[in-house]
Amino acid sequence: MSSGGEQLYAQSMAELAAGLEQGDFTSVELAESLLARIGEADAKLNAFITVTVDEALAAAANADKARAAGKAGPLNGLPIIHKDIFCTRGVKTTCGSRMLDNFVAPYDATVVAKLAAAGAVVLGKSNMDEFAMGSSNETSYFGPVRNPWNLEYSPGGSSGGSSAAVAARLAPAATGTDTGGSIRQPAALTGTVGIKPTYGRVSRYGMIAFASSLDQAGVITRTAEDAARMLGVMAGFDERDSTSIDHPVPDYLGGISQSIEGLRVGIVRQHFDDGLDPKCGERVKEAIATLESLGATTVEVDMPNIDLSVPTYYVVAPAECSSNLSRFDGVRFGHRAEDADDLLELYCRSRGEGFGDEVKRRIMTGTYVLSAGYYDAYYLKAQQVRHLIADDFKKAFADVDVIAGPTSPTPAFRLGDKIDDPITMYLNDIYTIGANLAGLPGISVPCGFVDDLPVGLHLVAAHFAEETLLRCAYQYQQHTDWHKACPEDYQ
Amino acid sequence: MAAAYWEVVIGLEIHAQLATRSKIFSGASTAYGAEPNTQACLVDLGYPGVLPVLNEEVVHMATMFGLAVNATVAPRSVFARKNYFYPDLPKGYQISQFELPIVEHGELHIVDADGNEKRIGITRAHLEEDAGKSIHEGLDRYSGIDLNRAGTPLLEIVSEPDLSSAKEAVAYMRKIHTIVRYLGISDGNMQEGSFRCDANVSVRPQGQEALGTRAEIKNLNSFRFVERAINFEIERQIELIEDGGEVVQETRLYDSDKDETRSMRSKEESHDYRYFPDPDLLPVEISAEYIETVRQQLPELPDAKQQRFVEQYDLKPDDAALLTASRAIADFFEEAAAATEAKPQLVANWVIGDLSGALNRDGLEIGDSKVSAVALAGMLTRIHDNTISGKIAKQVFEAMWDGEGDADAVIESKGLKQITDNSAIEAAVDAVIAANPGQVSEYKAGKDKLIGFFVGQVMKATKGQANPGQVNQVLKDKLSD
Repeated sequence: MSSGGEQLYAQSMAELAAGLEQGDFTSVELAESLLARIGEADAKLNAFITVTVDEALAAAANADKARAAGKAGPLNGLPIIHKDIFCTRGVKTTCGSRMLDNFVAPYDATVVAKLAAAGAVVLGKSNMDEFAMGSSNETSYFGPVRNPWNLEYSPGGSSGGSSAAVAARLAPAATGTDTGGSIRQPAALTGTVGIKPTYGRVSRYGMIAFASSLDQAGVITRTAEDAARMLGVMAGFDERDSTSIDHPVPDYLGGISQSIEGLRVGIVRQHFDDGLDPKCGERVKEAIATLESLGATTVEVDMPNIDLSVPTYYVVAPAECSSNLSRFDGVRFGHRAEDADDLLELYCRSRGEGFGDEVKRRIMTGTYVLSAGYYDAYYLKAQQVRHLIADDFKKAFADVDVIAGPTSPTPAFRLGDKIDDPITMYLNDIYTIGANLAGLPGISVPCGFVDDLPVGLHLVAAHFAEETLLRCAYQYQQHTDWHKACPEDYQ
Repeated sequence: MAAAYWEVVIGLEIHAQLATRSKIFSGASTAYGAEPNTQACLVDLGYPGVLPVLNEEVVHMATMFGLAVNATVAPRSVFARKNYFYPDLPKGYQISQFELPIVEHGELHIVDADGNEKRIGITRAHLEEDAGKSIHEGLDRYSGIDLNRAGTPLLEIVSEPDLSSAKEAVAYMRKIHTIVRYLGISDGNMQEGSFRCDANVSVRPQGQEALGTRAEIKNLNSFRFVERAINFEIERQIELIEDGGEVVQETRLYDSDKDETRSMRSKEESHDYRYFPDPDLLPVEISAEYIETVRQQLPELPDAKQQRFVEQYDLKPDDAALLTASRAIADFFEEAAAATEAKPQLVANWVIGDLSGALNRDGLEIGDSKVSAVALAGMLTRIHDNTISGKIAKQVFEAMWDGEGDADAVIESKGLKQITDNSAIEAAVDAVIAANPGQVSEYKAGKDKLIGFFVGQVMKATKGQANPGQVNQVLKDKLSD
């Protein structure tokens, strides 16, 4: 059942695809082995909200049939996990919230449909911060996810279930969503690769909205090559999402093997100042030196407004969330308070009981910044600053191909350490938020360890330059072994 | 004293439902009257994860309207979210347009009480989605929600406060009603709520520049209610002020059963809608070329058509106005006029008179007329060529309306052909003269008015079928002998 001696769970998508192709094992065998592993490991990790055993085995059997019939799709029989923010027909979609604990979507998100059409086998739905609001996975109604590198630590968030599952070798790939760093930060904290594409690159249809102008679907894998394989399937225009962009999808997988000779790497001074753990800074600088050894050149770039990213984000994102989450009113779906005496009580209690503290905090912040008399001072001002930040990036990308820096200011932190201090928690995303505000693609690649915890290198590129990010990450991984490191208990 | 002293200021917000087949942001049908919640898809239900996609047809329709009222069609307009909680508002916000509407700075003209033309400014017209309906009847302790209407496209047309009376408000609303139906962008059906308005009403002493405090009367869905509600509200405000009170800014509802308005909520209770641009939708961008193309395709509008009818058909201006109040009636007239050699004014008289009367009597729209334009023209040709008189034509028309065939068939079967044979008419005239020697003497003595009596007698003798002109002539000839 094993290929070349290596356990199936330890193999990348590329290796598994080759094994399936050669007939070393079947999709059903692969799914069974990973489902068994999930059954053992997840009691501790809590990376899953739902494990879809029956659906996975049926999909795997179909994949085997398709292969036998010569109709294998690009991801035929390959196991993946969906963040529980993507609607899946017939399977519960909770968004990490009590509000949707009973919600079964009557339709598939475009991302879910595309991956299914490519033959992927979905093992389950991953745990996440409630409505993707959080950086530690502690705001989930279903309890925190634990970091496979140290179970006392957070795997990051909001896509923490996806990052923990991929790091623990429960699946080679998991979808995620990134509004302010929710793919890249958990990838950094678990030693995985996480890519957030350009805003509009992947359809948002069927992805439960947090902040519509910032949300973007992406993927967490262990290798840049697998990320390229997944993104090639997920990307593309969707007529059901007006903000998706009709721009050709390049052959990501075909492009990654090209050299990065001559690649211009921008370094932003503010990314290496006081807020950054010095040991993390060292790992990141070493990674940039590796890129230089591969032929890249570095340039210092000035981004005068980048320090305003976090405050800008925490006006724009809550404003949009306060409106997006209004539909959860207990009337048509989701949690409904029992025995409400009137409409107001139905609203107040359904929402009061259904939402957790962080979600309520953001709804209230967002409601405040949109209110008459405050709109201009907060929301409008934030939108103006957002343009300034986007302009900073635009100017920078006139001179450089990617901007490199740390993904997160610290390695993984202990569960419980920051949950009572929202501002400290929000600062986790200080380096990643800029890409969301400007709609740019970003990737986090494992680049070493600090105190036995993984550290991520963050790369941002111009709009639709995912190819550059994937190529740079792939070439870096060809010359480093960080992504091969596996948490001790999951080897 | 009140009427002379007080000046009334009215502005209308008209909601016209756009006649698209599918909803403004989803593919669900907009047809009226289906079983509750059978025409609401996941987008209309506001399900988690769904997204709106703009129906391009509404942009076309709004552009047509903008051009028809001489407005600016914005090269860039933006959809915004109007946030409030209500069970029939599935997303917790209504997608509308706020700061940047698709149409601005329009105008139209109405005729005021003195018969003068008056310009009414149109501040803006913006696109938005309708909400669903709450249903309370027959549901013990519960409220039902029907979301069939949710997501139906509306064009909200906001006037300047240029209207000075309930009559002007109705004239303006009628004009908008005519325009949207001419353009084919709304069926204007007021019973089904496809065309309704809110009226902002205030009063101020003559000569005062500052506007009085206004009240907004919501959801008026007939021209009659608009007039009555505004008149009630004007009276109420004037009485209130004259009794030493003050008008408060508030929303009021018109109760048509009691013919009064009553307070719904005050300004203090009004919502803060927290408008902001909808991040799920791109700005609507309209090129100058697109606007030009739509302009080329615009149908002839009521004012232009009315003027053309006067010039081309030599119609009386009032008749031209009546005929052009509806595009379907105008088209009927033109089709009939083209199919007969009878004078267009005669065609107009019949369309406005007997045909409209028959339609009203049977509760039919012109499209369902039992006498087609061509059939009417056929009958009018028979008047024109003296086969029948205008009076006989009424009988012929009624028979045609009752399905007895075309004019020629009816004339034939009923023997209504006019008598134009001079010898037959002379015989009848001779008989009448012989039978009425007294009247003949009086006539000859100078009592000219008696000619009517003689004509009447001859017509009676010929069962109305003698040609009246000929009868007249023969009578005059014989009596002057």
